[in-house]
Amino acid sequence: MMKHSVIITPEHVLVDGNPLMHNEKGSALLTELYRNHIGDYPKFFKMDTLSKLGFIASELLLNIEGDRDFEPREDRAVIFFNRSASLQADTHYQSTIQDPEHFFPSPAAFVYTLPNIVTGEIAIRNKYFGETSFMVIDDYDEQIIMKNLKNAFQDPITKSIIGGWVECSDEEHFEAKIFLMEK
Amino acid sequence: MIVCVAHNIISPLGSTSAENYAAVKSGMSALKKYDGLWGLPEPFVASLLDRNAYKDERYTIDEQIVIASISKALENTNIDTKSSKVLFILSTTKGNVFLLDKNENGYPQDRVRLGMMAREVTKHFGNPNEPIVVSNACISGVCAQIEAMRYLESGEYNYVIVCGVDVQSAFIVSGFQSFKALSPDECKPFDAHRCGLNLGDAAATIIYTKKDKVNDNEWVACRGAIRNDANHISGPSRVGEGSFRALRIALGDLNPEKLAFINAHGTATPYNDEMESIAIERAGLAGVPVNSLKGYYGHTMGAAGVLETIISMQAVNDHNILGTRGFETLGVTHPLDVSNQNRATEKRAFIKLLSGFGGCNAALLMAKGGLK
Repeated sequence: MMKHSVIITPEHVLVDGNPLMHNEKGSALLTELYRNHIGDYPKFFKMDTLSKLGFIASELLLNIEGDRDFEPREDRAVIFFNRSASLQADTHYQSTIQDPEHFFPSPAAFVYTLPNIVTGEIAIRNKYFGETSFMVIDDYDEQIIMKNLKNAFQDPITKSIIGGWVECSDEEHFEAKIFLMEK
Repeated sequence: MIVCVAHNIISPLGSTSAENYAAVKSGMSALKKYDGLWGLPEPFVASLLDRNAYKDERYTIDEQIVIASISKALENTNIDTKSSKVLFILSTTKGNVFLLDKNENGYPQDRVRLGMMAREVTKHFGNPNEPIVVSNACISGVCAQIEAMRYLESGEYNYVIVCGVDVQSAFIVSGFQSFKALSPDECKPFDAHRCGLNLGDAAATIIYTKKDKVNDNEWVACRGAIRNDANHISGPSRVGEGSFRALRIALGDLNPEKLAFINAHGTATPYNDEMESIAIERAGLAGVPVNSLKGYYGHTMGAAGVLETIISMQAVNDHNILGTRGFETLGVTHPLDVSNQNRATEKRAFIKLLSGFGGCNAALLMAKGGLK
């Protein structure tokens, strides 16, 4: 059963279908949302765009759920899909190793070249010991995503899922459509 | 019950599961030192396929070994891959990431997307379904098998073909070097002098179906779980939280004495192996033999969970607990039962354990003939 939803694009933010007021667009929008609705998690500024997007979307979702006690729990999963995996972080990392004369690979850039890092960021923030997973399909397909999330309830402990689509191809092009689902 | 109907491994140690198992059993490894390869300034030790053997210009090397591995797994089955009742699940961390290199121009740029790479594979086999790509860092290969089990339990498909793949490149090697995670020599899992991992190329395929009854020789994927440490994105939990919780679910009510071994992740980084020893002890499994296959293959990333499950099934078939190549003296806090020698066993079940960046961990219980 779907309980709450959040949609973020470079131009629009919808929380349970209602527009959320904002002034900025693109990457600046994510920073604006962080400052206006979160503000107490400076790790945000270290994240790649995919993680920022998923993190902000999950925060807005959990703020509507309310009652955020940050107690450790194992019964909530975080399962995302997208099209470009970690392409923005991959492209950035590649630029640090492309030129042999300017070869400066860094762990801080490399770690984000895995799309599932965003699920880990959300688990760390909320102390979720439950399932975290990331899958890639080349086009958004609600049927595939919903069937997959329904299957995830076969896990003996999972009772709710933060799930959906978290896509980012570069810093200015992204789309999150995520929801909170209960068994 | 979810049953394995066929499998294959393509690696530097062979092109069939049997060749690979025989090589590992005899202690072979393809780990070699490379100096100056791909223009990388630092040397590294890795298990690499011969790039010159993959000449089909239509497909990247990753795609070629995936297609070859799935084709070989299908050889002795009558599975119709054109059927909508067959689903393909790919497991990979970086796929065709080498295409981002500006000096690579032999393939369409969109094949860097994992979904496009997967579509090339399903197109080759004439499969009408959208392939699912699991990209969950180093635990992808077990996650993909857990996904397969769920899809089969839901009754939507008759067969799920799981293929794990990663092929090393300057991108991946330089990244692990920047983390100081690579060993300058062959890796030493669980050893007191371990100092990092080696990377490896491989593709490995397992085909699963659902059956009401199984015979004594059939392998059953019993149960698995994925759990997060909720601790750090690039370092494992100091208390092995996620691995412990995943292990606890995979074990369930099975008596640990039924386990032939735990095939650990055992990458030979100081932190990973220590974390696994803590998790295994917390799960009450310290008495169960533990092994790691990284000394034979290196860390094959997206392929690891599939490849290591296949090698472990064959080891149990052969009544063998494979030795941990590279191990000499135990170097983890909790007293695990690790050996560098092959040992005999009559037990019929094992747990495959993995962990990865993003704080993720996965465990899968496999039992020959199912759980009695």
